Amino acid sequence: MKKLLYSQKAAPFVFVLPFILSFAIFWIYPLISTVIMSFQNILPGQVEWIGTRNYERLLKDRVFHQAIKNSFNYMFWTLVMLIPFPMMFAALMDSRLVKAKGVFKGILYLPALTSVVVAGTIFRLMFSELEGSQMNQVLAWFGMEPVKWLKVYTTSYFALVTVACWRWTGVNMLYFLAGLKNIPDELYEAAEIDGASSFGKFRHITFPLLKPTSIYVLTISIYAGLAMFLESFMLWNGNDSPQNIGLTIVGYLYRRGIQRNQMGYASAVGLVLLAIALTINVIQLFMNGSFSRKEDK
Amino acid sequence: MMKAGIKKAALVLLTGIFALSLIACGGGSSSSSTASAGGTEADSGAEAISTVGPDNAVAKLEMWTFVELHSQFYASMLEKWNAENPDKTIQITFTTYPYGDMHQKMILANQSGTGAPDLCDIEISQFPNFMQGQVQFRPLNDVIAPYKADLVPARMDIYSKDGNYYGAPTHVGATVMFYNTEIFDEYGIDYTTIKTWDDFTKAGEALRDASNGEVMITSVDTAGSDWLWLAMASMGEDYTSADGKPQVQQPSVAKMIKMQQGWLDDGIAMVSPGGHVDMEEGFANLGDGKIAAFPKAMWFMSRFLNYLPEMAGKWAIAPCPVFEEGQPRSVGIGGTGTVVSTQSDHADLAAEYIAYAKLSYEANLEIWEVLGFDTCNTSIWTDEAVTGDTSNKYIAYFATNPFDTLNEIKDEIGKIRVDTIFPAINELFNLTLLNNCFENGAGVDEELEYAQSDLELEM
Repeated sequence: MKKLLYSQKAAPFVFVLPFILSFAIFWIYPLISTVIMSFQNILPGQVEWIGTRNYERLLKDRVFHQAIKNSFNYMFWTLVMLIPFPMMFAALMDSRLVKAKGVFKGILYLPALTSVVVAGTIFRLMFSELEGSQMNQVLAWFGMEPVKWLKVYTTSYFALVTVACWRWTGVNMLYFLAGLKNIPDELYEAAEIDGASSFGKFRHITFPLLKPTSIYVLTISIYAGLAMFLESFMLWNGNDSPQNIGLTIVGYLYRRGIQRNQMGYASAVGLVLLAIALTINVIQLFMNGSFSRKEDK
Repeated sequence: MMKAGIKKAALVLLTGIFALSLIACGGGSSSSSTASAGGTEADSGAEAISTVGPDNAVAKLEMWTFVELHSQFYASMLEKWNAENPDKTIQITFTTYPYGDMHQKMILANQSGTGAPDLCDIEISQFPNFMQGQVQFRPLNDVIAPYKADLVPARMDIYSKDGNYYGAPTHVGATVMFYNTEIFDEYGIDYTTIKTWDDFTKAGEALRDASNGEVMITSVDTAGSDWLWLAMASMGEDYTSADGKPQVQQPSVAKMIKMQQGWLDDGIAMVSPGGHVDMEEGFANLGDGKIAAFPKAMWFMSRFLNYLPEMAGKWAIAPCPVFEEGQPRSVGIGGTGTVVSTQSDHADLAAEYIAYAKLSYEANLEIWEVLGFDTCNTSIWTDEAVTGDTSNKYIAYFATNPFDTLNEIKDEIGKIRVDTIFPAINELFNLTLLNNCFENGAGVDEELEYAQSDLELEM
């Protein structure tokens, strides 16, 4: 016994045990049971195997297709807005052009610390269809008619992406700032001696050397975009939006599993989301060369 | 070489874990008030907890509701129960959750077999979700039996499965027409002559012309199906078949939606702000005098008292118009069934209490006086001590006596099936179909055809 306790071979396993256990209990077990449940019809006291019927139904389910479309749309626009702009802000923050950097960083980061529930409620009121809502007042200044913001597809996504930008710009900027700190100053000095312009330095030094950070941000943004739920839940004050314009894949999972008592079907939805997110990211990482041997040194 | 393989594998694994964690984190819980049912008395409110009854009670029970006023009603009935049954005293801890949260918690408690309260209010449009599989509630047949003779049978049936009653009903929910008499008087239109939808349309045109389009006769709902229920009941149709299959291509449904599209085109009706009348935006619309009439179940009376007290004396209640005179003029909408969980240690006592608290004559009297509902015990409707009591706040508020209308339509209150498929139908109409028809001017027949094919997938 003593021998086992002091064994050098056993020690590493003892140290990783807490992680392995929590990983097994909270990730592996739920994953396996989700896979099993996705082939079942689950009701209280009545569980039956139905083969691939849940998946066949998903293929024909127009609302699910709408949810996928919505999630992709949201993901696409968050990628467009939340990678280039935070990168630019980070470069600005790192340059000599900006005074009182701490204040700006603080302000940009602040939204990430607020609760989505509170923020979502405020945004819902701002984008209300009533004439007196903030956004409609802004339109009124320009002499435009009030808009039913959250009932129309384009304006709804404008609202959703606005919430996302408001919330995540600061966080992504911090990632890029950390990446910038890793770029040695000597490179910039050498470039200056060679007469490079500011844009040239950004184009040929900052941008390529930020690639690892960009890939990281891209990867988590794809997941976050596809798995978005709470923002839409808060903006429409629940999971139900007119014509399902705010319904995301996770929202649909929630609707089926928790609102409609169809855990089996919801499990299938969850696994499809997993498959989609995994596929996109593996392709993306592959194309960016993250799997190539060159980086292996 | 080897190292590269391991790293690749590790990367894939990490990617997977990341994806999983994000999926797992997706389900945040927060307060919500879902646009409910074909219009129901669902109300959203803050969480509130109260404990009522003696500490040395025989049984200590938990009860969940989604309207705080309902908890207060059960508490006052509990005090009467304890006074009358000293050998069977009960203490109940009432918790009021927001509408969506409460039903979702209850579904999860049933699925996992633990955590359910002894007693729980379940709103009718959610009820079918709980009737699937083995029902996790105690049948109430034995405790209902003593009261059954006085009750409206249709209201018991909606909470039943395979001959067992699982929910104790609260009210009938007879739909009536609410008319703003001030507006009708101002523009010289007599609402009492409105008998059919054609009359209603003509009154709407007259109102539009007299007010230069300022006042609309009504608002049509994009997030509620009350109008459709009324249409179906009047023509004796139902969008669920007797064996529980969807059949939404009903002539009555199409007729009603087309008629309403016509109203929108002619400028005699607007789309309800917020989706239906039972919303903050809807109350504001009524308060501002933008619309002159709308159909709603009797339970909406309490909304007037709560949200529009300044309009006392202005609103009248009358039977709803129909397509052709002689058709039934009402339909029961909304409702709450109270259930007893099989997880309860005192299920029998809980069942006995809830039958007393909701079905006895005293209970029905209290339901009328406190909640202002049209009670399931119809002997209240004809009790002149009740109907003639002008000090009652509901009778005092309205320009007409609610019981006059109720007794007039007593035998015309139709019933629409609320079956397993109902939540799906409800969702489809209230989120998509009505929006498409009223906001985007989509063709009614094509939309109904789409809806039917989507719903058949659910079976």
